[in-house]
Amino acid sequence: MLTKSQAKLFFLAGTIIFSVLFLGLSYDTQMNHVANQPYEKTITPAVIAGKHLWEGNNCMGCHTIFGEGAYYAPELTKVIERRGEGYVKGLLMSPTPWGEHTSGRKMVAYGFSEEDAQYLVEYFKWIGTVDLNGFPAKPKYKIEKNN
Amino acid sequence: MKFKTQKIAYWFFLSALGLLALQIIYGFFMGFAHMGMDGLHDFIPFNTARAVHTNLLVFWLLLGFMGSAYYIIPEESQNELYSPKLAYIQLISFLAVGVTAIIAYHFNWWEGRKFLEIPRPLDYLVVVNVLAFLFNILMTLFKGKKQTTTALVLAMGLLFSALLYLPGMIWFDSQTLDSFYRWYVVHLWVEGVWELIMGGILAFLLIKITGVDREVIEKWLYVIVGLTFISGILGTGHHYYYIGAPSYWLWIGGIFSALEPLAFLAMALFALNMYRKGEKKHPNKAALNWTLGAAITSFVGAGLLGAAHTLPNVNLYTHGTLVTAMHAHMAFWGAYAMIVLAIIAYAMPNLTGRKLYDNNLSRYAFWLSNVGMLGMTVAFGVAGVAQVYMERILGVDFMETQKEIEPHFLVLILCATGFTIGITLYIINFLKFGKPTDEALVAE
Ligand code: HEM
Ligand code: HEM
Ligand SMILES: [Fe+2]
Repeated sequence: MLTKSQAKLFFLAGTIIFSVLFLGLSYDTQMNHVANQPYEKTITPAVIAGKHLWEGNNCMGCHTIFGEGAYYAPELTKVIERRGEGYVKGLLMSPTPWGEHTSGRKMVAYGFSEEDAQYLVEYFKWIGTVDLNGFPAKPKYKIEKNN
Repeated sequence: MKFKTQKIAYWFFLSALGLLALQIIYGFFMGFAHMGMDGLHDFIPFNTARAVHTNLLVFWLLLGFMGSAYYIIPEESQNELYSPKLAYIQLISFLAVGVTAIIAYHFNWWEGRKFLEIPRPLDYLVVVNVLAFLFNILMTLFKGKKQTTTALVLAMGLLFSALLYLPGMIWFDSQTLDSFYRWYVVHLWVEGVWELIMGGILAFLLIKITGVDREVIEKWLYVIVGLTFISGILGTGHHYYYIGAPSYWLWIGGIFSALEPLAFLAMALFALNMYRKGEKKHPNKAALNWTLGAAITSFVGAGLLGAAHTLPNVNLYTHGTLVTAMHAHMAFWGAYAMIVLAIIAYAMPNLTGRKLYDNNLSRYAFWLSNVGMLGMTVAFGVAGVAQVYMERILGVDFMETQKEIEPHFLVLILCATGFTIGITLYIINFLKFGKPTDEALVAE
């Protein structure tokens, strides 16, 4: 039968081995993989300013990006591809809550300046270039709505 | 209770339950918003409600863990708490930081990264606070007569939680790395070091309630926390599939996260076996229910419902949908909320000397909250699966899909009402015990 000291050894060895492996893989991910991606070299000051706005307003509190965030409002990883730059800028600068008249849900009326809206657009454009191993998947079907 | 300073735990438990009640209120705001009733939008927009809901959850669980440590560590190490004064200062300042953060979220002041929304200056205060807590606990432990495995595992879980908070505070320009290190906190907490905390509390409760020999219980505790780390550390990879990390995480994350339920299964089997084996039938039925309930519900919510969407080919479609919310609710409830409610149920009669062990109130509290949570999980699950099929497979627009699944949120709200009544009864029962008193001291 397993003794307590064997069980302890199992715990300590498992912890140490897998922690070391994980740290090694983290290093590889950051230094050898992510750092070498072409899009990592296109993070301009505008993209960074956009990221600050994204976090400073907790956009992730309603939306997802890379599938991470909340489930109240649309996934935004490919939003520029889906909607185009003009549409996105328009809703960011809107002085009234977006969606007010079309759905029960409202977006906060940020009323961003033209400059800030552009930073966010640059951030989304950059996000759209990241290689995500196939996410978001293209839907298998294309459904038409009956009126 | 055996040591006077264990009384401090009461104030942590009281605060924890207060914040739980507030968390639930913000949950209702979001439930109604999902139903299309976003009437509070101008004052409490969804992102505020959400940040408050999830941060209060983490706050009250941490308060519960700290209270557990203040109760368990003196008893296990047979020593009064090193500094009761520091414990009170630490409680009050922790509450002050938490409440400030919650208020800040209503004024668009935060750092909008999921689960880590606390504004940066407050992060530093949390760190100082947790250091004070750890200092107090570790001094008590190492100046005590004994350092039991149960106490060590609990203390280790708390110490590692503090360390893992730090990677979440680094700024990255790249969204990929931002997200990568955010999971060092979020995943490695709930599927790593918090399981040590849960395991430690569970072992303590089983030793007290079942009377099974400590050596046997602590042996299995090592096995469980061993399984946790062997699967859970590389299991972090299940969050690295689709964020721009290399594709080897698809299979590393897939394989190791699929093994994670083993630790939870072990925990459930362990609790049930010890219960069966135990000769001592402790009169505190409420504590027994919550203890066994935590072990079983965590296996279902974290183990089974986590495994349901952890493989990369499934997760590609369910990632970031209401399926995730389904799992998140039952996992947090079963593993961490229930274990905190278990230790409170165990500790209260000992702290106050009132032997309200097995009354109707506590039974209804247990069953209503659990059945309510099960119903909520099903409602989220049905909404989530429908969302996946409509939006991700049939290609229906996000907002159109959300409109179609609104009725499931009515079901959510009905079940949440049952859940809330259960929690209310729990809190009433808690308050009926009154305050802790030195008259409740008993000798070994
Ligand atoms: C009355 C009870 C509750 C209701 C109505 C409720 C409702 C909700 C809603 C609507 C969301 C937001 C999902 C979204 O982003 O769209 C949410 C998130 C969340 N809630 Fe609750 N909740 C309740 C109680 C609880 C309890 C008791 C816990 C923990 C034990 C909990 C843990 C969470 C977590 C962890 C999230 C984040 C989920 C994720 O990001 O996947 N909730 N809740
Ligand atoms: C008590 C333990 C656990 C808790 C409290 C918990 C909680 C959560 C929460 C809150 C999330 C949402 C995270 C976010 O999107 O920011 C999540 C996601 C996830 N969890 Fe767990 N979990 C636990 C255990 C597990 C286990 C054991 C597994 C696998 C077997 C698992 C699999 C997953 C997966 C695959 C996701 C990602 C979902 C997505 O892609 O959107 N979880 N969990
Ligand atoms: Fe995870």
